[in-house]
Amino acid sequence: MTTVNDFPFLTAAILLPLLGAAVLMGLPRRSGRDLPQVVALGVSLVTLALTAVMAVRFDPGGGFQFNEQHTWIAAFGAHYAVGVDGIGLTLVMLTTILTPAVIGASWRDGDPGRWSTNSFFAWVLVLEALAIGVFAATDVFLFYVLFEATLLPIYFLIGGFGGARRSYAAIKFLLYSLLGGLVMLASVIGLYVESSRAGAPTYLLSELSEIMADVDTATGRWLFVGFFIAFAIKAPMVPVHTWLPDVADEATPGTSVLLVSILDKIGTFGMIRFCLGLFPEASTWATPVVLVLAVVSVLYGGLVAIAQDSIPRLIAYTSVSHFGFIVLGIFVLNSQGQTGSTLYMFNHGLSTGLLFLVSGFLIARRGSRYISDFGGVQKVAPVLAGILLVAGLSSLSLPGLSPFVSEFLVMLGAFLHHYLYAVFAVFGIVLSALYILLMYQRTMTGPVRPEVEGMRDLGFREVASLAPLLALVVALGFFPGPLLDVIEPAVASTLEHVGAEDPGPTIEDAAADAEPTEGGDE
Amino acid sequence: MIARMTTTEFEAPQVEYGTVSPLLIVFGVALLGVLVEALVDRRRRYLVQSVLSLAGLAGAFAATVVVATGLTGRADGAAHGSVVAEGAIAVDGPSVFLWGTLLALSFTSVLLFAERRVDGGVTAFAGQAAALPGTEAERQASTRGLEHTEVYPLMLFAVGGMMLFAASNDLLTMFVALEVLSLPLYLLCGLARRRRLLSQEAALKYFMLGAFSSGFFLYGVALVYGYAGSTNLAAIAQAVSGRIGSQGLLLGGIALLAVGMLFKVGAAPFHAWTPDVYQGAPTAVTAFMAACTKIAAFGALLRLFYVAFGGAQRDWAPMIWIIAVLTMAVGSLFALTQSDIKRMLAYSSIAHAGFLLVGFVGLQQAADGSTISSLQSVLFYLVTYGFMTIGAFGVVTLVRDAGGEANHLSRWAGLGKESPVVAGVFAFFLLGMAGIPLTSGFTGKWAVFTSAAQGGAWPLVVVAVLLSVVAAFFYLRVIVLMYFSDPVGEGPTVAVPSILTTAVIAVAVAATLVLGVLPGPVLDLAGTAGAFVR
Repeated sequence: MTTVNDFPFLTAAILLPLLGAAVLMGLPRRSGRDLPQVVALGVSLVTLALTAVMAVRFDPGGGFQFNEQHTWIAAFGAHYAVGVDGIGLTLVMLTTILTPAVIGASWRDGDPGRWSTNSFFAWVLVLEALAIGVFAATDVFLFYVLFEATLLPIYFLIGGFGGARRSYAAIKFLLYSLLGGLVMLASVIGLYVESSRAGAPTYLLSELSEIMADVDTATGRWLFVGFFIAFAIKAPMVPVHTWLPDVADEATPGTSVLLVSILDKIGTFGMIRFCLGLFPEASTWATPVVLVLAVVSVLYGGLVAIAQDSIPRLIAYTSVSHFGFIVLGIFVLNSQGQTGSTLYMFNHGLSTGLLFLVSGFLIARRGSRYISDFGGVQKVAPVLAGILLVAGLSSLSLPGLSPFVSEFLVMLGAFLHHYLYAVFAVFGIVLSALYILLMYQRTMTGPVRPEVEGMRDLGFREVASLAPLLALVVALGFFPGPLLDVIEPAVASTLEHVGAEDPGPTIEDAAADAEPTEGGDE
Repeated sequence: MIARMTTTEFEAPQVEYGTVSPLLIVFGVALLGVLVEALVDRRRRYLVQSVLSLAGLAGAFAATVVVATGLTGRADGAAHGSVVAEGAIAVDGPSVFLWGTLLALSFTSVLLFAERRVDGGVTAFAGQAAALPGTEAERQASTRGLEHTEVYPLMLFAVGGMMLFAASNDLLTMFVALEVLSLPLYLLCGLARRRRLLSQEAALKYFMLGAFSSGFFLYGVALVYGYAGSTNLAAIAQAVSGRIGSQGLLLGGIALLAVGMLFKVGAAPFHAWTPDVYQGAPTAVTAFMAACTKIAAFGALLRLFYVAFGGAQRDWAPMIWIIAVLTMAVGSLFALTQSDIKRMLAYSSIAHAGFLLVGFVGLQQAADGSTISSLQSVLFYLVTYGFMTIGAFGVVTLVRDAGGEANHLSRWAGLGKESPVVAGVFAFFLLGMAGIPLTSGFTGKWAVFTSAAQGGAWPLVVVAVLLSVVAAFFYLRVIVLMYFSDPVGEGPTVAVPSILTTAVIAVAVAATLVLGVLPGPVLDLAGTAGAFVR
C-alpha cells in the first residue's frame, strides 16, 4: 500500500502548519500579548526544524526520497503521493526558512487589517503548508489541487490586509491565476485520457513520464502548452506579468514575500518538474519561443523597474526580470543553466524576500512607498540602510553574495546554448545594477529630508527576523557547494530524461536505482 | 417482458410492485397528505404534514436502497436492472441512483419548506393563496396566521413525478411524468408569502412556457411514434438502428423532444424562464426546483438520447455541442450583469446545465469499467450540484431585511463582518460552484470534462474551461462584495434559523466538502450504476 522510509516527514511538515492554523483560529480574538504571533512563529520554527532534519538525512544522489504513496481517488487515478528530489527539497527548505522570517517581520501587519491578527497568521501558516505540499507532490492531480488551493490563502492575505486598492489587486491576481489554473486543468484532464488509453488511469509522476513518452507529438505539445501557460502566469513572465506589480503595491511586505519568493517559484518549479518531466519532446520544441520570452522578461522587467517610483512595484519588476533568468536557465537544457536556475530560485527567494521586508520597514516608517518621498535615510537609520544595501547588492548579483553564483551559472548555460541569448540577457545584469543603485541612491543618500528626520532605526525584532536571511545570502555566496551537491543530481536526471531521444534511462530509472520502492499499490 | 396485446381478451397489466415501491410510497404519502388536509385540524396540519412528508421520503429512500441491492450487480459498468410495469418504467442502476439522490435532496428541501423561525413564526408560503395581494382578505389571512400546508403533498407529487421522469422507459410515461412533476411546481412557485405579485407572475410565466414546451414534447412524441411505430424506448432504438422509415420524421421528433427536455433542464436558448421563476418563487421552492428538477430532467434526457436515439448520435450530437456552448456562455456571461442574488444563482444553474451537457455529449461508454463514463460523470455532477444549490439557496433565506429576504446584491455588501459564519458558508458554496479544488464542484467538473475529453470532445472542453473562468468571476464578485465591501446603509440582518435550515446547510456544506476531498465512494456508486437498461 505504501512506501515509506520510516517517518512521514513530508506529511508531518504539511500537517504541522495546518494544525497551527487551526489552533490560531481557535484562539480568542483579542488575546493580548502577541499570542497569535508567538504561536505562529513557534509552529513555523518547528516546521523548519523538521525540514532541516530532512535536509540532513537527504542523500543527494538518491533521487526521490521521503516518498509516501496512498491511493486517493481510484476512479481519477489520483494518489496522495509526496516525495522530494534535490530540487523539491531546496524549495521546501526555502519555504520553511522564509515563513518564520516573514512572521517575525510581519509582527504587527495583521493588526490593522480587515480581520483579526489571528486570521492573518493562520492564513500564513495555511499557505506554508500548501506550498510545502505543492513542492513535494509527486502526483499531478495532487499537485494541481494544491496549486489551486494556494490561491485562497494568498487571496485573503492580499484582500484582507493590504493597502487601499487591495480588493482590486486581489481579484486581478485571482483571475489571472484561475485562468492559468483552468487552462492547466484541460491539460491535466488530457493526462488522464492518455494514461487511461495506455492502461489504467494514473496521475503518478513516475508512471506518467513513461506513458507520455509514447504519446504522439501533437498531443504532447498541446498538453505542454496548457501546463506552460499556467506556469508562465504563475512565474510571472512577460506578457502575463501585469498582476504582480499591482499585488506587490497593495499587499503587506510579508504577503509579497510569500507570493513572490515562494508561490511564484511554483511556476518555475512546475516547468522543471512537469513541462520537462512529462513532455521532453514538446519542451525541446518550444525552447526557442520560451527563451525569447525569457530574455524579453529579463530586459523588460529591468527597464520598467528603473522607471518605477513605488518601491514595491520596483521590486516586483525586478522579480519579473529575475524570473526571466530562471526560465532562461531552465530551457537552455544544459546542466549549468538548470543547476543555476534551481539555485537561482532559492537565492532569489532570499534576496527578494530581504528586499521586500526591509523596504517594508522603510515604508511603514515614512508612511509612503514612493522613492521620491525619501532621501538621506542612511544618516538617520544606518542599520536599515545597510541591510537594504546588502539586499540590493544581492539582488544585482554582486560576487560574494549568493545570487551571483546562480546568475553566473545561468549565463554560462545560456552562452553554451547559443551565445545570442547570453549577449542579450547580460544587459539584464547591467539594468539590475541601475535600478537597485538608483533606488538606493535616491532613498538613502543625499541630504536628510525633513519627513525622514527622526526615523527610528530597525529594532531588535526586525533585525532578528532578517539576520538569518542575510547570513544565508553571505554564506551561500562563498560556499554554494552543499546546495549545489543537492541540486546537481536532480538536474542531471531531469536532463537525462529530456535528452533521451530513444527510449533510454529516465528519471524514475535513476530514482529506482538509488531507492528501491515496493512497486505500485494496485 | 414487453407484453403486447395480441388477443382481444383482457389481460391484467403486470406490475412489479416491489420494484417500483419507492414511487408508490411517494405517491401514496402525497395522497395521504391530501387526506390530511381534509381531515386534520388546521392547527395541527403543519406538524402532521411535515412529519408525514419526511417519513414518506425516508421510507421511499429505504425502499430505493432495498431495490438497489436487489438489482443484479455487475461491476463492469454494463447495464443491470429490469424494465417493469409493461415496459413503462426502467428500474436500473441510473434510475435508483437518481431516485436516491432525488429523495435525499427532497428530504432536505422539506426541511427548508418547514422553516418557520426566520420569518417570525410563519413559513415562507402565502397564508391564503386565493386572497388577492394587497386586499383585506390577505391581511386577515396573515393576522389569523393561516398557512398553506398543501405545499407538502404538492411537493411530494412533484418528487414522484421527477422519479418517474428519470425512470420512464416509454415516451408516454415520460410525458405523464413531465406533467406530474411540472403542475405542482407551477403552483408552488406562486405561493410566496412576500412579494406575492412577483411570485404569481413567476408562476404564470413558468406555467405558460412550461405548457408550451410540453406541447413541443408531445408533438415530438407523435412524430417519433410515426417513425418508429412505438413509444417504447427500446422499440424506438431498434427502429433507429435499423434506419427504417422516414429520417425527416425522426429528426423532427428528436428536435421537438429535445426542446421539451432542454426547457426543463434550463439550457439556452430555452432558459428564459429560469431567472424570473427562480427569483419569484419562494426560496425554498427555488432550492427544491433548481436541484431536483434539473436532476430528474437530466436523468430523462440522458435516457432518452442514449437509449432511444443512441443509434442516431451523429445526427443529434452536433446540435447538443452548439447548445452546450450556448448554455455555458449565456449562463456565465449573463450572470455577470445580475444584481439579484437569486437571479445570479439562476444563471449559475444555467451555466451548470451547460457543463452537464458537456459531460452528456462526450458519449463516453464505460469500456472496461476503469475509465469514467459520461453517464457516471453526469450522475456524479448532479449530486454535487444538487447539494451545493440547496445549501446556497438555504443561505439566501437567511439574509433578510424588513421587507423579507434581502435579495439585492448590494444588500449583501459587508456580510462578512456582520455574520462571518453565514458569509463563510456562502463563500464556500460559491467557491464550490466556481469549481475550486477541494470542493465537490471541482471533482464534478473534473469528471464531466474528463468524460467529454475521452469521448474526443476536446474543443468543447477547452471552451468549457475558458467559460469556467468567466463563471468563477461572478462567483468571486459576490465573495468580494461580502468580504471586501462596506455595508450600504444599515446593512443586512442575518436571521437565526431553527434546527431545520441549519441542518440543511450543514448537510450541504458537509456534502460539498466530502465530495470534494473524498469523492471516491459516490463516484464508484455512480460507476457501478452502469448503463441504462434497454
